[in-house]
Amino acid sequence: MSGLESVISLNRSALEADAAARADEESPPFIETRGLSLAYHGTPVLRDISLPLRRGRITALVGPSGAGKSSFLNCINRLTDLAGGARLSGAIRVGDCDVLDPRTDLIALRRRVGMIFQKPNPFPLSIWNNLAFPLREHGLRDKAELAARIERSLRDVGLWSEVHARLRTPAQALSGGQQQRLCIARALALQPEALLLDEPCSALDPIASGVVEDLIVSLRERYTLLVVTHNLAQARRIADYTALFWLRDGVGVLVEYGATAALFAAPRQAITTAYLNGLRG
Amino acid sequence: MISSSPSILSPSRSDALLRATLRGCAAVAGLILVFIFLFLLSAAWPVLREAGPWRFVTDAAWHPAEGLYQLLPMVAGTLYCAAGALLLAVPLGVLSAVFLRFYAPRPLAVVYRRLVELLAGIPSVVYGFWGLVVLVPLIAAWQAPGTSLLAGVWVLALMILPTVALTADAALGAVPRDTLRAAAALGLGRWSTVWRIALPAARAGVLAGVVLAAGRALGETMAVLMVTGNVVAVPDSVFAPLRTLAANIALEMAYAMDLHRAALFVSGLVLAGLVAGLMLLAARLSGESAHASA
Amino acid sequence: MPARNYLSRDTAAAALVWSAAVVVAALFVWLTGDIVWRGAAYLTWDFLTAAPQDAGRAGGIGPILVSTLLLLAVCLAVALPLGLGTALLLAEFTVEDTAFARAVRRSLDILAGIPSIVFGLFGYVFFVQVLGLGFSILAGGLTLACMVLPLLIRACEAGLRAVPHEYRQACAALGLSRGAALRRVLLPAAVPGLLAGAVLGVGRALAETAALIYTSGYVDRLPSSLLDSGRALSIHIFDLSMNVPGGDRLAYGAALVLMLLLLIINATSAWLSRRWSQGRIVSV
Repeated sequence: MSGLESVISLNRSALEADAAARADEESPPFIETRGLSLAYHGTPVLRDISLPLRRGRITALVGPSGAGKSSFLNCINRLTDLAGGARLSGAIRVGDCDVLDPRTDLIALRRRVGMIFQKPNPFPLSIWNNLAFPLREHGLRDKAELAARIERSLRDVGLWSEVHARLRTPAQALSGGQQQRLCIARALALQPEALLLDEPCSALDPIASGVVEDLIVSLRERYTLLVVTHNLAQARRIADYTALFWLRDGVGVLVEYGATAALFAAPRQAITTAYLNGLRG
Repeated sequence: MISSSPSILSPSRSDALLRATLRGCAAVAGLILVFIFLFLLSAAWPVLREAGPWRFVTDAAWHPAEGLYQLLPMVAGTLYCAAGALLLAVPLGVLSAVFLRFYAPRPLAVVYRRLVELLAGIPSVVYGFWGLVVLVPLIAAWQAPGTSLLAGVWVLALMILPTVALTADAALGAVPRDTLRAAAALGLGRWSTVWRIALPAARAGVLAGVVLAAGRALGETMAVLMVTGNVVAVPDSVFAPLRTLAANIALEMAYAMDLHRAALFVSGLVLAGLVAGLMLLAARLSGESAHASA
Repeated sequence: MPARNYLSRDTAAAALVWSAAVVVAALFVWLTGDIVWRGAAYLTWDFLTAAPQDAGRAGGIGPILVSTLLLLAVCLAVALPLGLGTALLLAEFTVEDTAFARAVRRSLDILAGIPSIVFGLFGYVFFVQVLGLGFSILAGGLTLACMVLPLLIRACEAGLRAVPHEYRQACAALGLSRGAALRRVLLPAAVPGLLAGAVLGVGRALAETAALIYTSGYVDRLPSSLLDSGRALSIHIFDLSMNVPGGDRLAYGAALVLMLLLLIINATSAWLSRRWSQGRIVSV
């Protein structure tokens, strides 16, 4: 393929992506932040982030370390509250729920929005109990339904065939990749509508990483997915939309957001171009 | 705009209940200290009102039945005992820790550390008993009466030595290995490494242990009571008997009435105040050492 | 400076350090050897179960052991829930309660250093007189509870803080309530630390004398209720050696029993915290 042809093909896919994006814009996004700012103990971490996250789409969050990508994730399910001293302003909407409203039921919110962490964090319980205990705490008493849900989530993450014979063994004896898929299954078992994934593959070896990546793609249809990643190639492979966060005066800001193909083919900002070419960040 | 506040953090009702319960527990635990000072003060109040605080240092002697409340000999006895014990226990304890970390072969260090931990676990009444039946006759054979400042210092030193040794051991263990490796790479001898590098680096932790030990020495009651003879007088030699503040309380509470009883509570307050100050100092020091090692 | 100086100084220092170690070890052997040597003869079933006679000059320590155990039971029954609750607040809820937690922690730091005789005075005024419990095992046990509380809280808190933060994040992200997270994940992971703390507290309470003289009293009969006075083992040793001429022999026996009890307790605590730090306990 000549240089010219490749530019044309890039532009064509960019155009297609743009068209798809325009179609998306007609329906409201499932999650949306408007002018979101975050500060810890008076130190600003994020400034004025306005970002839509669409249902049935994967949005990738890329950018250098410390640009507030993980902090942004923690805002959406209000995990920022765990550390204390967090101050949020602006607006976050998840479905019909105003996240920053003090009266918001955080437990219900976090049930709707699952989260996966960089380091797999199964509880020191058996595989079965890792899934069963949160379900029971959320009021699922029916044994048969419990078993059915656990099996379905484990099948969804492709773990069922690997672990169904040893559900009562410690989850922490699983391999890293299996643990991460178990954590995803644990989140899926609660039947969330969105999943926030914080660099879900970066602590895994390449093969396990590939498996988890395929899993994320397979979940696209049913969920609103937000994936933080350091891996630009991964963002390009799996994401429908990509947002680039950057550090400006020590505070994380959103530099550019758009359909992935369009953003990679024709970035509008100079910083984006430099970052995508590996010159910055 | 929102910020983290308790109201939004515990949305479920069971969580609110749990938090209220825990706060209740913590409030009770925190209030014990306040209660102690309040009740000591209220029990000491009659004599403080009647005689005022100055009589405790200006009266001719401690004859509480006759309204004389001079506490200074017992304050002196307490300080002599504690100071003497520290004088013995600090060098021995720190050297023991140095031994553990830098001189003892590994298996020996394991055994020795266990031994010091055992020493820390021996109850004070056993120290006192041993002092009474073994040490005191030994000292008496040399210089009567045997129950003396020396016996008190000896027993107390033995009691607080494990505290000094174990905290110094922990502080020395927290000195970064790289620092020690760097010292070795410079060709420093073992003692120079210990004296110039390790001990200065561990200073705050070692000091916190010493302050902790000082608090224990000041407040120790039974062991000292059993071996010091309990004569109310400023000791003029290491063989002279004496009485400490804590021992005074334990000895006289049994029969003290009215103002005499109140006077004992005053000495309890003095003791508690003294040790509380030391504890705050130790907490601050160990906080610093935690910072330094972090 | 010639190299020889360095060498001789190093040798002298080594000699100093070794001799300090030998002195400490010798003192330890002297003390424990003496107690074991002269107390071993009394380590019989009869001595452990019989009632003391002739003010303790003869007989055994049966009722005293019972009183001691009752004192410990009261102490733990009060201090354990209180300590665990406080530790939970300090370790898990400090984000919200910073100022309150700081005040509680400061107060506990000081409480940890208050001399036991002062606890005794407080117990005498508050539990014995104000609450009207009289000289009783209940009053003594409550006084002990106040005394061991800081120790217990510190150990519990350390146990809770050793639980990886990832578990808390995972629990919160799954929309679990704090209670559920504590019950199912955090507490089980912290149990060995909590146990080690409890055992340590028992050890401190068992060794205590001064706080008990004016709270639980001297009576050496078998207590019939918690409102009876009861004599702790440590007070028995104190009384035999100070107030009973000729009580030394049996005091040796009682001292050996006390030391053995503490040895067992401290070994248990050390074993528990070792298992905990190695993270071998994983509840399945």
